[in-house]
Amino acid sequence: MDFQSCVNIKKEWDIVGARQLGRDIARKIGFGTVDQARIATAISELARNIYLYAGTGKICFETIEEMEQKGIMILALDNGPGIKELSLVMEDGYSTSGGLGAGLPGVKRLMDEFDIHSEEGKGTEIKVIKWLR
Amino acid sequence: MRIPILKLHNYLLISIQIDLDDQTAIQFQEDLLSKIHESGASGVVIDLTSVDIIDSFIAKVLGDVVTMSDLMGAKVVLTGIQPAVAMTLIDLGIHLQDVPTALDLEQGLIKLRQELEE
Repeated sequence: MDFQSCVNIKKEWDIVGARQLGRDIARKIGFGTVDQARIATAISELARNIYLYAGTGKICFETIEEMEQKGIMILALDNGPGIKELSLVMEDGYSTSGGLGAGLPGVKRLMDEFDIHSEEGKGTEIKVIKWLR
Repeated sequence: MRIPILKLHNYLLISIQIDLDDQTAIQFQEDLLSKIHESGASGVVIDLTSVDIIDSFIAKVLGDVVTMSDLMGAKVVLTGIQPAVAMTLIDLGIHLQDVPTALDLEQGLIKLRQELEE
């Protein structure tokens, strides 16, 4: 798929850069302040996961316009070690980094659609969508 | 980037007005604890009126700094959390239950006075 814009995640500051760009795109699509905050927070969690667990990767954004629906799709990609226990990371409170363990289950609640593919030794791909209501 | 910490009588006042990155948040944690130690402040208000995103990391840093300050003997109140931020935190599953909060700076100072029974 051809994405509108991508942010490479290499250093910690890129987490802020990614969520700011995502928020701008969300505002342009027409999302209100609460959904803008939800989208920016989800991006922050996804970008931090890339930075913490894979080292580098990227976050891509795409505006979706279907017949009667408009929304934002965010793709988080990395070539990191992958996630061994997918069901564990989707549990609230599970963390290997001393964090709150709110990241991925939180992202799932913040967004409308959540899709994760991960292969050990190859990387992780997470696709999320928020629809404009 | 450093977040300014102001002293007012025996309180410390902080207004966070930037988009917090992880490093700045950690630096702030250290700065605040040193400032409490240096100044002997008994109360702290951290105003979040201008903060439009708190993710799980920033929430952890803020929650931790409240507990750390408490260990040192200073009470912290968080003020001005925006509606969108409050909704997002709950979606994330973060409840910050043991963290004292108030609507704005003024209410925060009143709460501090009550907590410290001054």
